[in-house]
Amino acid sequence: MELTVNGHSTYCYTGGKTFDATKPTIIFIHGVLNDHSVWILQTRYLANHGWNVLAVDLPGHCRSAGNPPATVEDAADFVIALMDAADLQKAALVGHSFGSLVALEAAARAPERVSQLVLVGTAFPMKVSPALLESSLKEPMKALEMVNIFSRSTLAPPPSALGPGTWVYGASMALGRRVLANNPRVNLFHTGFKACDSYSHGEAAMAQVQCPVLFVLGRVDQMTPPKAAQGLIKKALNAQVIYLPGGHQQMNETPEPMLAALNRFLKS
Amino acid sequence: MPGYSDPGFDTLALHAGAAPDPATGARAVPIHLTTSFVFESSDHAAALFNLERAGHVYSRISNPTNAVLEQRVSALEGGIGAITTASGQAALHLSIATLMGAGSHIVASTALYGGSQNLLHYTLRRFGIETTFVKPGDIDGWRAAVRPNTKLFFGETVGNPGLEVLDIATISAIAHEAGVPLLVDSTLTSPWLIKPFDHGADLVYHSATKFLSGHGTVIGGIVVDGGTFDWDKSGKFPELTEPYAGFHNMVFSEESTVGAFLLRARREGLRDFGACLSPHSAWLILQGIETLSLRMERHMSNTRKVVEFLAGQPFVARVGHPLLASHPSHALAQKLLPRGAGSVFSFDLNGSREQGKKFVESLKVFSHLANVGDCRSLVIHPASTTHFRLSDEALAAGGITQGTIRLSIGLEDPDDLIDDLKRALKTAEKAGA
Repeated sequence: MELTVNGHSTYCYTGGKTFDATKPTIIFIHGVLNDHSVWILQTRYLANHGWNVLAVDLPGHCRSAGNPPATVEDAADFVIALMDAADLQKAALVGHSFGSLVALEAAARAPERVSQLVLVGTAFPMKVSPALLESSLKEPMKALEMVNIFSRSTLAPPPSALGPGTWVYGASMALGRRVLANNPRVNLFHTGFKACDSYSHGEAAMAQVQCPVLFVLGRVDQMTPPKAAQGLIKKALNAQVIYLPGGHQQMNETPEPMLAALNRFLKS
Repeated sequence: MPGYSDPGFDTLALHAGAAPDPATGARAVPIHLTTSFVFESSDHAAALFNLERAGHVYSRISNPTNAVLEQRVSALEGGIGAITTASGQAALHLSIATLMGAGSHIVASTALYGGSQNLLHYTLRRFGIETTFVKPGDIDGWRAAVRPNTKLFFGETVGNPGLEVLDIATISAIAHEAGVPLLVDSTLTSPWLIKPFDHGADLVYHSATKFLSGHGTVIGGIVVDGGTFDWDKSGKFPELTEPYAGFHNMVFSEESTVGAFLLRARREGLRDFGACLSPHSAWLILQGIETLSLRMERHMSNTRKVVEFLAGQPFVARVGHPLLASHPSHALAQKLLPRGAGSVFSFDLNGSREQGKKFVESLKVFSHLANVGDCRSLVIHPASTTHFRLSDEALAAGGITQGTIRLSIGLEDPDDLIDDLKRALKTAEKAGA
């Protein structure tokens, strides 16, 4: 589905279903060097079980035009503008990693418009080591490898986005390379990491959130370890926390428990 | 940073795709000999059929044992995923049938396995897919062969049996300029000798019958997707970028930004053509892969010794291995295949066709049969067997003469191999006296 947001063509994957204004909507927000396709094993199911899903490609990413957001706040404003463009008064927001901060900030900026908030692989602050930040700028392929090594938790992932036989590590590497290559104007890796690193409004934002919040954390996540989310959990008024048996690839390394947690929470 | 999170080749060869079985604790990969898998509920069944959830339904489409093999070879090749098939030829057919239909065109190397040559030159032509063959080293020829309906470039890492090395980086660059992917048959090299994705290939397949399984016990194939080719950007592949009525109007490139090929190949190709791999065969191939690097090292060291021996024999007119400076691919092989250009190669006897037959029949350690990549050493006469359907011109284009002998060097004691060859050469030479 194509929407015009802030004057730019914006792509949202809808799970193979036509958008239906009578159904409740979930907006999925991806992380750095990802796109809508990381959510396939959550979105397609939910789209066939009573929801509209809008898994967006953030501006400047893959199928969406526009300038990539330089800050979490810019990205949050984009999400609210996306809701306006889709004529949505209210939606549930689901974000992964950088996308979780975007969802959090959007829920803080427009609390009355967010019905439920799901933060997957989140942390605050989401500091990026100076070495990795520099590497994302000067040696993005090396940094991409580093990030994917830190993100994976198993050499034997279950059937995943491409079905049985998916090599999740390789698929994530390939997606990172593709997202980076698709925007020759801006280094999306460095821009995204800088946005994560510089975001300082997390706990204040959580204090403004009014809806129920689900934290989906990987027990052995080395990118956003569960302990780094505890500050946000404490600040949330109405929080549920689910620990998945995996790392930072929650959607693709632990797709079944991830979907179960999401489905249960969104139905509640 | 070595360790579980960033393992090396040998660790992946043993562990990628497999963990102790959670149900039984079995450490080795279980063989799941079952046609079907029970659904948890009607909703689960519907979700699996509609690709809302990932899992196994029916072993023609996927099977847990096969999935381990698919993940393992993907890991070793540096790909995003793979599909196992009934044979290497089935992997080639699945790749082509997923990407094109009647009215399409392929540009392929002349230096191909005879079976692949047959498929492209005869069989696919009957289905409306034409192929232009180009010598692997004729760079301008590859570019000139492109037509508006070209959908694929195809070659072997090293040609069978002449071992012409494919300049993957150069050929893939020409393919990409033309908006098409490069498919590479890496059977003779295995990922231990070269990883074609690192050089620009987009799809890689193996006859797993050969070095991957390594023991001459099983027929199987596998195609791996590197996730590198941008089907949308190319605009030449509506099969992957437009709604497919045959599968819920799915647009495969929307479902997966990098894995559209694999989605369609499994959901259409395995479903409809049905050339799936038996789980038992998958298990045998996995057993082979566990020792791939150990075997390949020995294959290479034995090959070096045999090539050196043959090159010094007056009754041998030519030894066609890139180890030798006389081979046209010597320099390219040094660059692309520093560990070796494989253990399957050919040589020409300095004698008649009858002397060639005598040579083959006199060997005792080498087995006379139609296979390569076995742990046992093998010998065959290509012009009368594997390539017998080819015309003299096609044979010559593939670097094969009537007197060419092909060897596949195994893992025996190298001195025994050399002794066997020495005796057979002497017998063949006497037969001409």
